[in-house]
Amino acid sequence: MATAADGRLQGARSASASSFSRARSSPSAVLPSPRNPGVKLGPNGATFVSSGIPDLDRILGGGFLLGSLVMVMEDADAPHHLLLLRNFMSQGVVHRQPVLFASPLRDPRAFLGTLPSPVSSSKEHRQRETTVDHNQQDQEKGLRIAWQYKKYFGDQQSSQIHNRDVKQEFSNDFDLRKTLERQHVQHIEIMSIQDIPHLTILRDRCSNFLSGLPRSDGGNLSAGRIAIQSLCAPQCGYAEMDWDLVAFIRFLRSIIRSSNVVAVITFPTSFLSPAFLKRWQHLADTLLSVRAIPDEDKDMAKLLTGYQDMLGLLHVHKVAQNNSQVPTVLEASTFSLKLQKRRYLVLERLNQAPVEASSGTSYSTSGTCSGPSKGSSLDF
Amino acid sequence: MNPSPSPPRDPDLLEEALGLGRGGSPPWRLAFVEDCVETSGAFVLHHFLKRALSTEGDGTVIFLGLAQPFSHYDRVLRKMGCNLSVQRNKNKLHFIDLLNLEFLGADEKGENDIEIGFMDLYNRILRYIEAIRSKDYNGGWTTIIIDDLSHLEIAAHGSVKHVLDFLQYCGSLTSEMDCSLVILNHEDIHSSDEALQMLSHLDYISDVLIKAETLSTGIAADVHGQMTVIIKDAPGGLIKKLHSFQFKVKENGVEFFYPGSRF
Repeated sequence: MATAADGRLQGARSASASSFSRARSSPSAVLPSPRNPGVKLGPNGATFVSSGIPDLDRILGGGFLLGSLVMVMEDADAPHHLLLLRNFMSQGVVHRQPVLFASPLRDPRAFLGTLPSPVSSSKEHRQRETTVDHNQQDQEKGLRIAWQYKKYFGDQQSSQIHNRDVKQEFSNDFDLRKTLERQHVQHIEIMSIQDIPHLTILRDRCSNFLSGLPRSDGGNLSAGRIAIQSLCAPQCGYAEMDWDLVAFIRFLRSIIRSSNVVAVITFPTSFLSPAFLKRWQHLADTLLSVRAIPDEDKDMAKLLTGYQDMLGLLHVHKVAQNNSQVPTVLEASTFSLKLQKRRYLVLERLNQAPVEASSGTSYSTSGTCSGPSKGSSLDF
Repeated sequence: MNPSPSPPRDPDLLEEALGLGRGGSPPWRLAFVEDCVETSGAFVLHHFLKRALSTEGDGTVIFLGLAQPFSHYDRVLRKMGCNLSVQRNKNKLHFIDLLNLEFLGADEKGENDIEIGFMDLYNRILRYIEAIRSKDYNGGWTTIIIDDLSHLEIAAHGSVKHVLDFLQYCGSLTSEMDCSLVILNHEDIHSSDEALQMLSHLDYISDVLIKAETLSTGIAADVHGQMTVIIKDAPGGLIKKLHSFQFKVKENGVEFFYPGSRF
């Protein structure tokens, strides 16, 4: 009985796997590691974890590269970078990946209370997914079947961390109005970097975190996440420590390079001198910036569709290129950050306003993600 | 994947600009590759690395890898048709892994530590060169590649003096020991006022400058950027030649072409 069921489970899994491999023929599609839904294999020996925003994963060609350093330039006036950080950490919690969070807040624990919770059932969310091409729907179906089987056999792995109705996917949609329950976030390691005069402590914390990670054996890839909020904010007290800061970033970059960890650092740009700002940017593997948009900008509102729904803009400056020398050329580098149904973060390409005020199409519906090989079809 | 027939093979404009013939020694000693955040110049280093290792003359390379681990270069160069692991075993490539290089401990600040650290590094390079020249030396050319200078500055905790001294020493190697030095540097870091000293100094001691920049219209699928090669008649001398062309980086190499010649 059990073996037959296992066979069926295998069948379901292989069915889903085959649909994934079919999708792989498209340029930037990537193959999920069969055993761990939180990690995905890509070209050039790359492994991805999700940023927690499905659209951002698609834009970056699969997600955040393991072993890479992601840096986010903050907006001076608005906390948009926190949206990215929250989703990044929540996604880690959902996939049960170890997370280290360092923050200049006096009590970082309070911030964990604001992490969004994954969207529960598959019925009402992801309506935009229905417009996605059939390939993807096939994948969804395959996954759902495997998931159903898992439910029947009481899979040991779906422990109490996971709501029973959250699908084990590479990336989840997160409902910004619901927060993760306390017992889920208590595994996150936290650290306050306020009033710590030396970066040594932060260094030690990061290297301890790395050495505490489970060794990845064979196909079972594990991943960890480090999130550092506002690294050079004035309350950290790192004034006159420019060289220590870049040395720390270089240190962090070098230690995660050989590990299965992705680190996200957000930093306010206004506290860095132009030369050091450039140094920071050079040290980043993936460089993003977020910008708020003014509420009442009539000209902009006329120019862009869906201006009222926009929270802000996200700009992709650089995409991590480990093991490759070819730069990623995106179709667009600026995206609008929107809340769908006031719940889910989506990224959309900027659309010039047509005469009628129709809402812009989501990035996911506007075509495939651009990758380096995408451009070659234009090569003539 | 690429339906259009491959274009006729362009002459390698970079090689032409640098006056590099088949094999043999380059007519210059110290080349700086300058890039910016938007366009990475690392591909130029890969180009030099491949070229130095693939010539029939026994070229050797000493590679100071500060920015990436060996596995990265290995994978990149393998796609270009050059196996670094094999070259390393044949002692044609000496890879110095400096990804974790830090002259100072996390808290102590000693001028001496930086100086000692740089001296160690220099001695390592010197030992390699002497080893190369001692055993059945047949006039092969040695290239020292540093990827990249900004990491060296960070390791030195911003001590411009020490970094410049180190470069001075390495520069003297090139005239004494028949080798050339290729250094990647980020131009935009040094273009603000406080750091201009460094850039002008580097400008002075080099005899070749290779600049990789984005087009003013940004990166495009067909043109990744433009490259300016400045050849001086002597270090610190006048500009002898100036070449400018565009490039597109591919996995197996780089395409160089004159603006507008592709379409």
